Amino acid sequence: MSESYITKLVGDEQRVDGRKFDQFREIKIETDFIKTAEGSARIKIGKTDVVVGIKLSVGEPYPDSPDEGVLAVNTELSPIASPEFEPGPPGEESIEISRVIDRGIRESKCVDLEKLCIEAGKKVWMINVDVHVLDHDGNIIDAGGLAAIAALLKTKIPILEDDVIKYGEYEKKLEVKDTPIPITTAKIAGKFLIDPNLEEEQAMDARITLTSTKDGNICSIQKGGIGYLTKEEIEKATDLSIAKGKELRKLLGM
Amino acid sequence: MTKVGKPERMIIGGKRLDGRELEHFRAISIEIGNLKKAAGSAVFKFGDTYAQTAVFGPQEMHPKHLQNPEKSFIKCRYAMAPFSSTERIRPGRTRRATEISKVIKEAFSDVIFLEDYPKTSIDIYIEILQADASTRCAGLNAASLALVDAGIPMKNLVSSCSVGKVDGKIVLDVGGLEDNYGEVDMAVATVADEDKFILLQMDGIVTKQELSKMLDLARKGCSQIFEMQKNALKEKYKIGEGDEQDE
Repeated sequence: MSESYITKLVGDEQRVDGRKFDQFREIKIETDFIKTAEGSARIKIGKTDVVVGIKLSVGEPYPDSPDEGVLAVNTELSPIASPEFEPGPPGEESIEISRVIDRGIRESKCVDLEKLCIEAGKKVWMINVDVHVLDHDGNIIDAGGLAAIAALLKTKIPILEDDVIKYGEYEKKLEVKDTPIPITTAKIAGKFLIDPNLEEEQAMDARITLTSTKDGNICSIQKGGIGYLTKEEIEKATDLSIAKGKELRKLLGM
Repeated sequence: MTKVGKPERMIIGGKRLDGRELEHFRAISIEIGNLKKAAGSAVFKFGDTYAQTAVFGPQEMHPKHLQNPEKSFIKCRYAMAPFSSTERIRPGRTRRATEISKVIKEAFSDVIFLEDYPKTSIDIYIEILQADASTRCAGLNAASLALVDAGIPMKNLVSSCSVGKVDGKIVLDVGGLEDNYGEVDMAVATVADEDKFILLQMDGIVTKQELSKMLDLARKGCSQIFEMQKNALKEKYKIGEGDEQDE
């Protein structure tokens, strides 16, 4: 489908799949279905399908934060998901997605990294959040971000005995204090719509992802794509992010 | 527990740790065309933050399969020099640098007349020689001037600055300890002094009202940067009396 067709439709207040501008596609959440992971979630937003698995291990803290655990987000844009994705080390698109999801989690302070310290300066829990995209029909950031927090909410800390992790046996649940939800708004033909599908992403001028906290504040922003946004447009996207974040939080049972 | 080295207060009597007012920039300096080999070059400094940029092209795009028959392709590489920070930074691309390079490339894609140079690339190199926060903003400002110096046609200049929240107060041009221990850091770039945000990245918790205030301050800051960039260009390319006699 051509970009100009999408643009024309949006100009006529319509979307290619008949949705309203502020309407998500159907969202399905499945959690805790990967036994080898300490936490997992699968999110489907329409045909976009993303799995997040969380693995815990013990490692050394960073020198500038000796009493804090380490949290890292990585995104795998697997060739399974789209013919456009090539195998190999993460490219700039994958790195941007990871870093946007990472900042949402980090800045919301939903995981208290100090509680992941085992021995200051020597041993801390490392939390690896791996986002695997299985089917790409647009809006990977929101799907990945939602899957990441859904998986964190289910994550359990394994028993550590004499420096050996007893995977499969758990000491306690990971404490998660907030639910950062990233919401991406796309600008097409001067209009604003959320949850862009792949065709809409290809036609959009710019996008902005705002991550909201449970208190309705914003903890991270990323503008992407070519094209500008005015202050009014940024504020409109902010309102959308806060409102939709609230809706999605309900799906997480929060 | 508070972070190691965090000052108890970062704003005392309405002044910041380096003596600045809340809405003041650090000392800014600009130099245009300081490199010989590059088609265009410029330096932009916010206090101790020192960005050197160079622009090459438009030149034939390599690899060839990425050539676009309709427009030029921007390559952008933002990098911090190994000695630019207290802890040595390992050379090579970090994930942070890759992301920053991407958003800077996207920002310039909106202002450069890419259709004028099909099948070519325009290469923008941003080298941070000394880092004291707001490095991407200094890099954007310098790159914008280097593009002009290279004679690449643009709709307008790109002007950039950072705003932050420190001790609950909204401040302009985040620097020094404010970056490490402040609550919020936001980098912004606009097309000249217009209400057109082409780069926006924020970390840290803000209310909607604070965000609105920060965007206003960022616009004000970018307008000031735009004036300084214009003046630097006028100064650089002014036609002296001697020049006119040559013609």
